[in-house]
Amino acid sequence: MTASQDTAVRKGSQGTALASELEKFSAMADAWWDPEGDFKPLHRFNPIRIAFVRDLMAAHFGRDITKPRPFEGLTLLDIGCGGGLLCEPFSRLGFAVTGIDIAERNIGTASNHAERAGLSIDYRLAQPEDLVAEGLTFDAVLNMEVVEHVADVTLFLDSVGALCKPGGAVAGATMNRTVKSLALAKVGAEYVLRWLPRGTHDWRKFLKPSEFSQGLRHAGLDVTDLAGMTFNPLTGEWRQTKDVSVNYMLFATKAG
Amino acid sequence: MPTAPSSSTTPTPLVKDVLIVGGGLVGGTLACALARHGVDVAVIDGTDPKALLAADYDGRCSAIALACQKVLDTVGLWEPMAEETQPILDIRVADGDSPLFLHYWQEDAGGPMGYMAENRSLRKAILKMLPALPSATLLAPARLATLDRSVDGVTAVLADGREIKARVVLACDGRRSQVRSMAGIGIKTLGYGQTAIVLTVEHELPHEGCAVEHFLPAGPFAILPMPGNTSSLVWTEKDHLVKGILDLPDDIFQAELEKRFGDFLGWVKPVGPRFAYPLTLQFADRYVDTRLALVGDAAHGMHPVAGQGMNYGLRDVAVITEILVNAHRLGMDLGTSTLLTDYQAMRRYDNLLMLGITDVIVRLFSNDIKPVALARRLGIAAVDKMTPLKKLFMNHAMGTVNLGHTPKLMKGEAL
Repeated sequence: MTASQDTAVRKGSQGTALASELEKFSAMADAWWDPEGDFKPLHRFNPIRIAFVRDLMAAHFGRDITKPRPFEGLTLLDIGCGGGLLCEPFSRLGFAVTGIDIAERNIGTASNHAERAGLSIDYRLAQPEDLVAEGLTFDAVLNMEVVEHVADVTLFLDSVGALCKPGGAVAGATMNRTVKSLALAKVGAEYVLRWLPRGTHDWRKFLKPSEFSQGLRHAGLDVTDLAGMTFNPLTGEWRQTKDVSVNYMLFATKAG
Repeated sequence: MPTAPSSSTTPTPLVKDVLIVGGGLVGGTLACALARHGVDVAVIDGTDPKALLAADYDGRCSAIALACQKVLDTVGLWEPMAEETQPILDIRVADGDSPLFLHYWQEDAGGPMGYMAENRSLRKAILKMLPALPSATLLAPARLATLDRSVDGVTAVLADGREIKARVVLACDGRRSQVRSMAGIGIKTLGYGQTAIVLTVEHELPHEGCAVEHFLPAGPFAILPMPGNTSSLVWTEKDHLVKGILDLPDDIFQAELEKRFGDFLGWVKPVGPRFAYPLTLQFADRYVDTRLALVGDAAHGMHPVAGQGMNYGLRDVAVITEILVNAHRLGMDLGTSTLLTDYQAMRRYDNLLMLGITDVIVRLFSNDIKPVALARRLGIAAVDKMTPLKKLFMNHAMGTVNLGHTPKLMKGEAL
């Protein structure tokens, strides 16, 4: 709390409007980052997503995850960064991280939280196409739980491919278009468990792994790994599994 | 890393992942365990490291259960102290002068059941390792003045004005934990009216690695084997008698000692000073708070009758090290509340169970009511005959009972 006040005071010379914005972002950051709060489901499966990406990135780039900051010297772009739930961990693991989102409040929230956490992350209000136009490329590109929300999947994945350096790698996650995913991820999560606001997802936009892979191949990437994420309602825990019928993750590399 | 006397040239705070308050056996082992896995740690301790190693600072010995020896071994602290320890090959439990024995042989256990070590040996190993670890900073002597814990992090200010920022603070500052009281975490304390007199004795005959626990009416009298022909004594007496015993002239003290010790190891004579430690059982209302976890005696203190106080501290160390190292490798904020509640969930039940077991043993054995005395004598003999129950007791003492999840360090596995 004192940190956000300090920030507001320090930046107060730029006007009171900004100070009130900061208060708002600070409150939203607290909400995003409360593991027992509104984003609890995301916090629950976040370690599984991070472990999947970390292990495959480490294998791809020849890094040792038992060493501190194993990805030092590499750049990472997180598309659809939200409150920074992936950017911050990957920043601590040594990547120079850029996070982009099309929601201004997410960028404000994520920037606020990173500053309070003492992390240096480059957050930008941008779409992938904007960075492609700037000619930017990254060693690692993440698109986790984003592709199901975009208007033009082909354009989106082509941009993902263009943003990945030759010799780099891409990780993606989304939900499969199966009857089970309709029942669990859409009806279950939004209507029964109320994990997510109703209308968060449009089931018809979910991608089958074959479609996702095809899109990535079209973008010049080779899909090397596919894994499922399964929720165990008894333990309340997520696990990485071979079952890709609901939530799944992909890993792809770009020839050097 | 060394004792850095307030060099006044450090206006910028020291930024670390973890702040450990208390660099004793538990805090020091935890610091080594975390730092060896690349977690940045600052340890603050009120005592000058030189004083910690003095012979009269802590005359106690600890029984280190097998599983906890594995923790020390995996952390790398066992190797430098191994030579100074004595394997426990045989445990004999006797009720007063009753001939009925509960007997544990190493043949039953498939090897030593644990080790006896002077606390000083572990302290020495810790103070040798810590300065050599690039991820660890030891600030001692140093006193904590203020501690601010918020959603954004932990800020500690020392009495000399130095500032430390961390993601989480681990309170390893013992039974009278300053951090615990700053956090307003309540503690339940139960006195036994007993004080332990601790001293080292030399004896004529070799003990052959046998630990003896006599349950005398005043409380347990334990003879614990140390290297050579020496043993460590834990002699429990009613509180009001202890001062008198400590002040006894040598010849009378000797006579009182012989009365209890017996002559099974030939002649016996005290070496070094007599120490006294009041025995209380205590249990913190909760182990965690915002960016805070209590570890070891700060969370739970038990009667040393079963020799488990330090072992349970090392179990805490094994669990929280695994949780924090895994989280660190995932780039997580180490103060995340779910990590801390996981730790509490994994430790509180186990600690309560041991507190309960030791409490029952003490209450059962520290009295002279005839039916109780008879029942327990029969009980000891009965347990000795009932192999599965005996095995359970033994495994529990060795720390090898499987209470759900066994942390990797307790299995001697690397993280």
